[in-house]
Amino acid sequence: MEPILKVDDINVYYGSIHAIKGVSFEVNKGEIVTLIGANGAGKSTTLNTISGLLHSKTGSVSFMGEDLAKVPSHKIVSKGLALVPEGRRIFLQMTVQENLEMGAYTCGTKTVDEDLGKVYAQFPRLKERYRQVAGTLSGGEQQMLAMGRALMSHPTLLMLDEPSMGLAPILVEQIFDIIQRLHQSGTTILLVEQNAQAALSVADRGYVLETGKVLTSGTGSELLASPVIKKAYLGG
Amino acid sequence: MTFLNFLIGGISLGSIYAIIALGYTMVYGIAKMLNFAHGDVIMVGAYICFYAISRFSLPPLVGVLLAMFVCTVLGMVVERLAYKPLRAAPSLAVLITAIGVSYFLQNAALLLWSSNPKVFPSVVGTGKVALFGGELTITHVTIVTIVSCVVIMLALTWFTGKTKMGKAMRACSEDKGAAQLMGINVNATISMTFAIGSGLAAIAGVLLCSAYPTLVPTTGSMPGIKAFTAAVFGGIGSIPGALLGGLLLGVIEIFAKAYISTQLSDAIVFAVLIVVLLVKPAGLLGKQIREKV
Ligand SMILES: Nc1ncnc2c1ncn2[C@@H]1O[C@H](COP(=O)(O)OP(=O)(O)OP(=O)(O)O)[C@@H](O)[C@H]1O
Ligand SMILES: [Mg+2]
Repeated sequence: MEPILKVDDINVYYGSIHAIKGVSFEVNKGEIVTLIGANGAGKSTTLNTISGLLHSKTGSVSFMGEDLAKVPSHKIVSKGLALVPEGRRIFLQMTVQENLEMGAYTCGTKTVDEDLGKVYAQFPRLKERYRQVAGTLSGGEQQMLAMGRALMSHPTLLMLDEPSMGLAPILVEQIFDIIQRLHQSGTTILLVEQNAQAALSVADRGYVLETGKVLTSGTGSELLASPVIKKAYLGG
Repeated sequence: MTFLNFLIGGISLGSIYAIIALGYTMVYGIAKMLNFAHGDVIMVGAYICFYAISRFSLPPLVGVLLAMFVCTVLGMVVERLAYKPLRAAPSLAVLITAIGVSYFLQNAALLLWSSNPKVFPSVVGTGKVALFGGELTITHVTIVTIVSCVVIMLALTWFTGKTKMGKAMRACSEDKGAAQLMGINVNATISMTFAIGSGLAAIAGVLLCSAYPTLVPTTGSMPGIKAFTAAVFGGIGSIPGALLGGLLLGVIEIFAKAYISTQLSDAIVFAVLIVVLLVKPAGLLGKQIREKV
């Protein structure tokens, strides 16, 4: 299997804070890979670096064989790499439909209607509310919107940063269902989750981050069974 | 009838404030900075139009278009050279830079065009329309000013509400990082916003000097400050707010001059602003954004 995403020895700083200290990992085509770790481990920083919001001082991030350092940050999404950022970051003052259209910003206008139809079929709740201002949606609806918006760009690799944050268990289940459905339809997924149990049970492989470094990695079931991981991240 | 005359005068002045306020509000909305030099772009626009018409005898419309072109480029260049390098700097540093740009433009105008006042030729002539047997007269300048303001408002509302670029602009003003994730070129969008605001400033400059024909290098400062007030008044960042704020400010100013005191009119305008901000800190149409967690 060839890696679709290759993160090689990245070091990311916030001013003088050294947040990511030489992280390397890979995501293969068709996989679900998860990054788990405690608060402040550097999961979001890693995803934000891959998507061009932050920059690494060393090493490289390459996506489908292309070095992303050479791609202007706003062109990364059109390469097939989309991020559902932490905290959703939907456009609160725009309508549901406008948010989705923004997701398709780099696509031609021809396919937008068809893609809207697909997203609405996936998230009927959004369809009912397509003219509603996004800031007035419930938290769960906002999360669906954030996912729908990312899907509008036809990502080859979808990165999700804590998609279940703040959601009721039933909605978490729904979000994980959707992730698995996307995966079955051929989308590669890089998932960051606090809920390590849930993430590892859907993931092919996982990496454990601790204070900016990769502590360990393995298949989902290996990590689920590992006593160290159990103790630190699975509550027992 | 005099009341009506004052009202129309106020709306006309307010329309000019509104057009200037749009520049402040759009730039504030996207770059979260107060472009103090915006008023001086108005002055540059007026000078360009003045020279085009008076010295080079170009038709008024060409003069206006030329002024718009020069100001658009000027706005983009100022943004690129002075503000873009400070994108991550504290807002106080940006504000001081903007004040610096303002002085720079005024002094450059002083060097280029001297401090001698220029008598600006009205771009629409000095004709008037007399109504009610001459009791109510409306100058052509007034009519053109109000119509321009309405057209600009409609065009901008359409642009930000319906076009892809306009929506990208709104997305950038809400969250630049998220906008970049969508594939929007944030720097280009900010640059375009400065371009639009500065182009509008040129129109405002021409209209302002057509109504009040004395042109000096500091012509833009006071209307600039008042339009900024108007933008805050209406709710900075809001396009309808700029219109409402501008119109109210113009009407209050003219009424204060007519019925209370010419000297105190500016004080009254700012007093009204203070009262409004005490009651509605975000301005009349400003939004307090709530975030769901
Ligand atoms: N904007 C910032 N400025 C300074 N330091 C930051 C900033 N963002 C993150 N950090 C620091 O970088 C480190 C990694 O943060 P990051 O957000 O990547 O953690 P995380 O693994 O996503 O945590 P969480 O599970 O809480 O979301 C933390 O120590 C954090 O304090
Ligand atoms: Mg995080």
